[in-house]
Amino acid sequence: MAEQAILREVTLTLPLAPDMELAAGKTATAMAELMSMGADRIDEVRMAVVEACINAIEHSHSPDQKVELTFEVLGGREPEILRITVRDAGVGFSPGDVQEPTMEDKLKARRKRGWGLKIMKGLMDDVEIRSGSNGTMIVMTKARG
Amino acid sequence: MTESLKLTVDRRDALAVIHTEGYINNQSGEEIARVAYLLIEERFTTLLLNLTGTKIVNSIGISILIEIIEKMLEIDGKLAFCCLTPTIEKTFHIMGLAQYAAIYPDEPSALADLSGLAAAP
Repeated sequence: MAEQAILREVTLTLPLAPDMELAAGKTATAMAELMSMGADRIDEVRMAVVEACINAIEHSHSPDQKVELTFEVLGGREPEILRITVRDAGVGFSPGDVQEPTMEDKLKARRKRGWGLKIMKGLMDDVEIRSGSNGTMIVMTKARG
Repeated sequence: MTESLKLTVDRRDALAVIHTEGYINNQSGEEIARVAYLLIEERFTTLLLNLTGTKIVNSIGISILIEIIEKMLEIDGKLAFCCLTPTIEKTFHIMGLAQYAAIYPDEPSALADLSGLAAAP
């Protein structure tokens, strides 16, 4: 993929509090609409962003109690890709140690949660996770389609 | 900014339909489960969740729906869904949930199919 210019950029800082993921989802929707993405793809972006925020809210234990999001519209003459970065300054985790959930396993397990990463990967074109002791950064992209 | 979920229950002869309106997260997922378990106590073994009024769900809310599916499997019952947005339906397929709960495009087709399976309480 050739290097693309950033045509539009919005940053958003949200407290790690219930339902803040919906504010992130609204911003994602606005940015995707700005680049004339199709309605179903916009909905998929919104849901993936909601999941990324919930991961931060539920698991980051970030001392600053914040999650930072950057929404970038990338392209040349026309907008082509929406790139969303979700960062927290929490305790981090090892993405390689996360076992992919299956319904078969979850139906037997006491803990039914743990679907966020699988949903994000399924709804977005690309998802990259970088995580360490200084926090977690999830970078997701979706083409305009 | 908490968004509350509204639930209405339509008890049919042989099955119950739960209509949702709003965001399905952990709290509203628990509310759906509470209503579902009450219906199970009333001996309904087939439940249909009509999500016409729900445009967004999160994975915690879905994990509570999985608990209901587990409960229905335990009693040889059935939980089904209808009127999902394309994204919610796609998400259910990504998770493999669609293998354990039927998904119908609309309520009439769900009722036509499920009525034959359901026994009156």
